[in-house]
Amino acid sequence: MLKYLLKRLGLAIIILLGASALIYLLSMLMPADYIDNQTSAALQSGAMTMEDVMRLKELYGLADKSIGGIAKSYITWLKSTVSGDLGFSFLYGKPVTTVLSEYIWISFMIAFISYILQIIIGIPMGIKASVSQYSAYDYTVSVFAMMGTALPSFFLSALLMNVFAIKLGIFPLQGLTTATTVFAPDAHLQILLDKVWHLVLPITVLTLLNVGGTMKFTRTNMLEVLNSDYIRTARAKGLSEKVVTYKHAFRNTMIPLVTSLSGMLPGLFGGAMITETVFAIPGIGYMALRATRQGDIPFIMGYNMFLAALTVAGMLISDIMYMVVDPRVKLS
Amino acid sequence: MTDKERNKAMSYTDNNNTEPELVQNFRVISPGRMVAKRFFKSKLSIAGLIMIIFVFIFSFVGPLIIDATWGYKETQVFKIERNTDMVTVAQFTGPDGRTYDYYDKSQTVIIFKAPPSAEHWLGTDTSGFDIFTRLMYGGRISLVISFIVIFLETLVGIILGGLAGYFGKWVDQLIMRIVDVFACLPYLPILLVLSAAISSIETIPAEHRIYYLMAFITLMGWTGVARIVRGQILMLREQEYMMAATTTGISSIHKIFRHLIPNTMPQLIVSATLGLGGVILYESTLSYLGLGVPFPRAAWGSMIALADPSRGQEILAYYPNMWVPAGILIVVTVLGFSFIGDGLRDAFDPRMKR
Repeated sequence: MLKYLLKRLGLAIIILLGASALIYLLSMLMPADYIDNQTSAALQSGAMTMEDVMRLKELYGLADKSIGGIAKSYITWLKSTVSGDLGFSFLYGKPVTTVLSEYIWISFMIAFISYILQIIIGIPMGIKASVSQYSAYDYTVSVFAMMGTALPSFFLSALLMNVFAIKLGIFPLQGLTTATTVFAPDAHLQILLDKVWHLVLPITVLTLLNVGGTMKFTRTNMLEVLNSDYIRTARAKGLSEKVVTYKHAFRNTMIPLVTSLSGMLPGLFGGAMITETVFAIPGIGYMALRATRQGDIPFIMGYNMFLAALTVAGMLISDIMYMVVDPRVKLS
Repeated sequence: MTDKERNKAMSYTDNNNTEPELVQNFRVISPGRMVAKRFFKSKLSIAGLIMIIFVFIFSFVGPLIIDATWGYKETQVFKIERNTDMVTVAQFTGPDGRTYDYYDKSQTVIIFKAPPSAEHWLGTDTSGFDIFTRLMYGGRISLVISFIVIFLETLVGIILGGLAGYFGKWVDQLIMRIVDVFACLPYLPILLVLSAAISSIETIPAEHRIYYLMAFITLMGWTGVARIVRGQILMLREQEYMMAATTTGISSIHKIFRHLIPNTMPQLIVSATLGLGGVILYESTLSYLGLGVPFPRAAWGSMIALADPSRGQEILAYYPNMWVPAGILIVVTVLGFSFIGDGLRDAFDPRMKR
């Protein structure tokens, strides 16, 4: 068990190293004058000096394009990344790690609530659809699930904004707080409610987009289990359909479900770029998109490394959960 | 015994007194036709097929018809004058101390953003382009990009996945680790970085950006195909027919590409069909952010971007004719590809259909 874990961990580190090299190479693709373009404003305002720019170029391997130069600067960059220093964002004027830790929580909150809703709505719907396969309910739910995955997030957001924010005026259009009202500093509850009010539409968008996946996943796995021999035995024993479905079938469907759902957990910190941007919610996705547009290389590289690490962590967690949940899995 | 009955009896005891051939009593269906039969039995796959055929006709035949009847082009500007009321509101405090609302209603002439009419079915947009015509050209570019990208992804995936699955050992280790690395890169953020970098380089003309875009989407997406091909080949190469192929002494290349890859085709066709919708979504997201198909060329994503509330709520609120049709077309196309892909998977793999 421990040996297996160590092996997986080693693999994860190798993958992350590879990803870091690739992300680094991507920044090399950018032309050198790109940094000049992007830093000219900061230079003029005095936020950066010419030396800073040269150091930046050196750090991102843009000053010396020979192989030796690239390797040297990559190692410098890797060393500081491993020690937790992701550099200094020139768009936000703060260390990248500070920006990340500042804006991550709002993204996590949105993603987490929508994740819970996804589970609450998607799993029961998937079970019901699989029990009555090819019924009208099954078809309707499947088509809706697919529609969720086919909808571009920006289009769904625009539709919801048009109906609920503009036509009906129930929810605010954009932002996280109402700019026109001033709250007393100690009115924490009101401030919180105001924020929740602003987050209803974005959470709805994320839930609608993702609930279909959970539902379909549940349905497919339930169908697989429902066709196994022991389900027939359970039915032959005269157990009620309810017991067969929820006790015998669903418990086994839980294995892939828990594995995949727990693997999603780290990804909740990554932020929803498009949805956050459309609703102008200052989460990590919104900040990252702004940074990408402005060519804030330290932030972009830090953010992408962070996302890659989250993905690897997710893979690791679902591996471990698979072992924990399924007693049949024996490791060698 | 009537003639008829005699004939019937004759037909059973043939002229040569032999048994009638099996073929006459049983219809032999080829595997391909069986798949087609199963595919067309599902209502959803037929619906998907109709949706995709519609989108194809709309975006490839449509522009020709529009060009022949009205002569509208993709980037032709129509200046349609119309009067609109412009109301400005101001507040002032009168000499009596009370606050009054002051309305000023005036007429202005605008030439763009024409409402739907007989000549322009969906009106014109903020640049005076005919929306209906641009929907067609937008579909064209989306479909072309998605097909080229999926073709390239499949090609790269087959070659690398095939090598990994067939040779195993260190080749497999190496290729699969590369696959792992690519798979853990964040898809959309990296695409955005690449597109942003490309559009900032002035030496690359805007028309060429699409080609880079396709290369980038391919670069980020080939790993799925490679995994499928490798998995299939690992399973297939242990089967007896491969042993038979080995004993005939053919080369590895032949074994891979003549005996193994064709057997992975069902899975590949399914994943490619499902992938087409995904590419369309990514392309439209990039276009929405202004990093995809460059203006003034039409793209569904950039048409929806007109409704972006951070550029003002006017279009989002009052001009649904500018952005809703493009969104519906994206949904129809992606949904159509999903339906077909699901239908194909069930048709190829009858175990799933119980």
